[in-house]
This record gives sequence, C-alpha cells and structure tokens, in this order.
Amino acid sequence: MRSELTRFSVVKSLLKNRWPQLFGFIVMLAGFLYAIMTGFIGTPVGNNNFSTVFVWIAWWAILILVAVPFFGRGWCAVCPIPLPGEWIQRGAILEPPSRKPRRLNLRWPNKLRNIWLQNLTFTLVALFSTVILTTPKVTAVVLAAMLFLAVGMSIVFERRTFCRYLCPVSGFIGLYAQTAPVELRVKDKQVCITCKGKPCYNGSAAGYGCPWDVFPGGLTKNTYCGLCMECLRTCPNDNIAINLRPFAADLGQPSRKLDEAFKAFIMLGAAMVYAGVLLGPWGELKSAAYSVGTVAWFGYVMAFLAFIFGLLPALFWLAVKLGQVLSKSNVPARHVFAAFATALVPLGLMFWVAFSLSFVLTNASYIFIAFSDPFGWGWNLFGTAALTWQPYLTTALVPLQTLVLVGGLLWSVRTAQKVGREVKIQPVPVIVFSMLVTLVMLGLLL
Amino acid sequence: MKLSREQCFYIILAGLAGALIVFAPLPVRVAPPSQRTFRVEASQFAYSPAVLTVNAGDTVTIELVSTDVVHGLYVDGYGASVTADPGQTVSLTFIANEPGSFRFRCNVTCGALHPFMIGKLQVGTNTLLWRAVGLALLAAFSGVALFPRPATVKAV
Repeated sequence: MRSELTRFSVVKSLLKNRWPQLFGFIVMLAGFLYAIMTGFIGTPVGNNNFSTVFVWIAWWAILILVAVPFFGRGWCAVCPIPLPGEWIQRGAILEPPSRKPRRLNLRWPNKLRNIWLQNLTFTLVALFSTVILTTPKVTAVVLAAMLFLAVGMSIVFERRTFCRYLCPVSGFIGLYAQTAPVELRVKDKQVCITCKGKPCYNGSAAGYGCPWDVFPGGLTKNTYCGLCMECLRTCPNDNIAINLRPFAADLGQPSRKLDEAFKAFIMLGAAMVYAGVLLGPWGELKSAAYSVGTVAWFGYVMAFLAFIFGLLPALFWLAVKLGQVLSKSNVPARHVFAAFATALVPLGLMFWVAFSLSFVLTNASYIFIAFSDPFGWGWNLFGTAALTWQPYLTTALVPLQTLVLVGGLLWSVRTAQKVGREVKIQPVPVIVFSMLVTLVMLGLLL
Repeated sequence: MKLSREQCFYIILAGLAGALIVFAPLPVRVAPPSQRTFRVEASQFAYSPAVLTVNAGDTVTIELVSTDVVHGLYVDGYGASVTADPGQTVSLTFIANEPGSFRFRCNVTCGALHPFMIGKLQVGTNTLLWRAVGLALLAAFSGVALFPRPATVKAV
C-alpha cells in the first residue's frame, strides 16, 4: 500500500530543483555556525545560551518527535554538517562542474563499511552527554569537531563518508528511519538493471552520484538513503519515486547485521539510562555523570557500558535462545539475535519519544528566552528575554508518556511476530523481554 | 489487512480490558488528611530528601533550605513554587489533593545541571503507574493473541 508523491509534478520539480534545498541548507548552516559562535563566546549558563538551548531542546525536539518518526532521514536531507566538505569535494555548490576537481576520493576501507564506528561515536558522545548537554562551550566544541571532521573526510574520502560511517546522529536516524511513512525507492528494478552507466550511482551532468554510496536500484529499506534527491535528478528513466507508505514498512525484513542490532541496544539502553539519570530524583547519579574524570564518573561509565553492551544484549540473547529451543530451530543464533533486534527499533524510538517529551516540555520555555538573548548578555531582540521559565503540559505529560510507551510495546510485539515468521522462531520470549524493559521505563518516567 | 473473526473478537476484548484498566476504580487505601511538614535541603543539583510521600488530601508544608546557591522548588501539576536564598529557610504550603506521582524541580537557574535538578512527590498510591503497567501487560498479551502467529512456528 503505497502512494507515490512524485507523481505530482509540483512535488517532483520542487524536489529536483536545487534552489529550495540550497536555501534550507544555508539557513541550517547559518544556524549551526551561530550555535557554535554563541557556545564559544556566550554565557556559560547552559539554559541561557542559544547553543545548548537550540541544539538540545529545539533541534532535538524537532528531530526525535517529528523529523525521524515522520520523515525518516528527512533531517539528513538538510543537515548542514557535510555541506562545506561536500562543496570542496565537488568543487561546486549547485550543479556538477564541467571539470571534476582533483581530489583523493579514496574509498572507505571495506572492513569499516558498517555502523560499528557510528555505534562507537554515539557511545562516546553519550558518555559525556551530561556535560555536552549543559555546557555551551562543550556543545560548541562537539559541533565544530563534527564540522571539521566532515570537511576533512570529504577531502580525503569519496562521497559522504562522514555521514555514512562516522556521524553519531546519522546511525540512529538510519535505524529509526525504517519506521517512517516516507521512502525513496525505484519504480521498476528491471529498468535499473538494464540502465547503462548507472548515473544514479556514478553521477552525470544532471547531478552527482549517490553521496550515500547507495545504488538506488538495490534499496529495500530506509537505513542508508539520505533523501538527498540526487538520484531523482540523475535518473534518465524517471524511475525514482518518493512514496508515502505505512509506518514501519521496512521492519518486515529483519536485519541480519550485528552492528545494526547493537545500535538498537545502544539506543534502547541510553534512553533508559537518561530517563534514570537526568529525569530521576537521584542527585548522586547526576553528579557522577557530570563529574568527568572522577572515580564516580568512571563508575558511571562502567555501569553505562555494562548495561548497554552486557546486560541488555545478554538478557535478549537468553530470550532468543529460549525461542530457538521452543521452536527446535537450527538457524544460527547470531542471525536470529540480529533479526529479533529489529523488534527493538519501534520500542527504542518510543522510549526516546517518551523521554524527550518530558525533557522538552519542561524546558521549552528557555527557547523563547534564548531566542531574544542568544549570548545571555542581557539582550532582548524579540521581546521574549524577560519571560520566566514555565513547564508546559505537565498534567498531560504522564498520560502521554504512558500512551507512547504502551504503543511502542504493541508495535514491538507486532514486529517480533513478523520477525518470528521470517526466521521461523517463537517470538514470545522476545516479547516478554520487550515488556520487561517497558515496565522498567514506565517505572523510571512515571 | 483483513481481520479474521477471532481477531475481531480479541480486538473487542482487548479494548474492553483496556477501558477497564484505565477507568475502573482501584482499591486504594484512603488515610484521613493530615498536616505533613518536610525539611528539604537543596544543593547543586539535588534535593534531600529527593522523594516525598504523602497521602491524598494532606496539607503539605515544604521548608526549603538552600545550602549553596539560590535554588527554587516548583511542583509539577500543582504549579506551587518557592525560592530560597543560600542559608535561608522558606516555606511552601499546599493541599495535595491530586493523587499520583509528580516531579518537583528547581525553577531558578542554579548551575550547569539546573534543568535536571529534580525530586519526586508521591501523593497516595501511584494509580497511574499501576494502570500503565496493566496496559503494558495487556499490550503484550493481546499483541500475541491479535497478530497471526506464524504457521511455521510450533505452538508452545
């Protein structure tokens, strides 16, 4: 059940035209550089600085509550981080230049063509997140580091290597993009097979080869398609479509990759840890997470890593193993483990939505204050600097979180059932696992 | 997706069970309202004690003492708030007539972790949590019953 959006000529020409996208890019890049600047030279008070408030409250709210669930990698389509590097790599801002610039354009090593590095970079950011979230200078350092790393990688490697293999945000957006009701797919695979030159992958005068190193003809899920629209521009056969589809359509084809499975564990576990540490009443935990370099912080790091890479996967593995025993299955446990981890994708997304609702609704009023006084220097640009802090919808928050978490569990149950059908293994133990972690999350948030 | 008669039956049953879990009155112990006073120390970035438990209908007085910088205390759901300068004790009194679990949090910027300086007020039994647990159990069980079990998987 799909509805092609690109059949409407207005939509198609809007997506093919480079100017609207460039406008979006430039607005985002300006905001991004502004966030770096305010972080470096503005007030060190996190909730009064544009950098921390806009990145971790406004941007995060839009990303996790709207962009990822409804548009998948829609954010990646306008993300400013790879832009400067890409412009240098291409030697152009809009259409491909007549003469290709001389760049190294190295291929990313085969052994690293997975998301293990993204798992690592996300975990690193997560371990320091209490400091990053609350300290404008550290936020600015992280944003600037991402920008420089992306530029450096674009100069050395081909395409968007940073986005595809290193960006800590891209990894989880890709994972959760599978649930989005939007997809880019080819209309007829046969056309791609017979297409000469494969301009969607290799580029042509009409556009660049896929910056995400994906051959659109082989796309079966949203994980690695950055929705940059280059293939829509380069396809000589009008064979690329943007479709509306049911939510979570990709989850019917479970992953067999351990790196993707562990991404699901990292995200699920991190949401639970944050719910306890940041939103719980335990001051010692918050201090431990914040006091980087102290014994308490190392204790927090060990507990964080043990929970995400040890306890959660171990319990899940036991559930999978039990399912195998019940079904008398000989399918390799590694495959089944990775396949069933797909059931944690909707659950993890809903955990993040529930966590973020609380965090964002409580702190959203800082957005208006920081908008008028971005540096915390006493400005009042739009007349909102004098507003006082006020949490929003506190009475609706808990019922809303309950609905989100229970809905996530139901979604996870449905996904586990589908995966069970695919791998021919009883999904009930995995469903019990999902239920138990949901109960823990309910206990932490309610 | 065409639903079988059995699935329709389970959907109706799950809907009724869900409504029961959400709306049915729970057997909660009701204690006579009383006056409760708590001395709460606020320091970067925690309250001590961090969890306050009262009965529904109690008149709650929180004596807030700040031990380092200026701190505040805002009770979600009640909208009651107070601010304390360092070394000063201030009082906040309200009637805890809404049962449930509520966060209280610092409402004066007090340092880096200020947005996360949070405590918990427990008023009576947290029925919402128990209802949520019930809904989660229902979601898991009805999920198993509702969605067609793969024919290739042997029944347990």
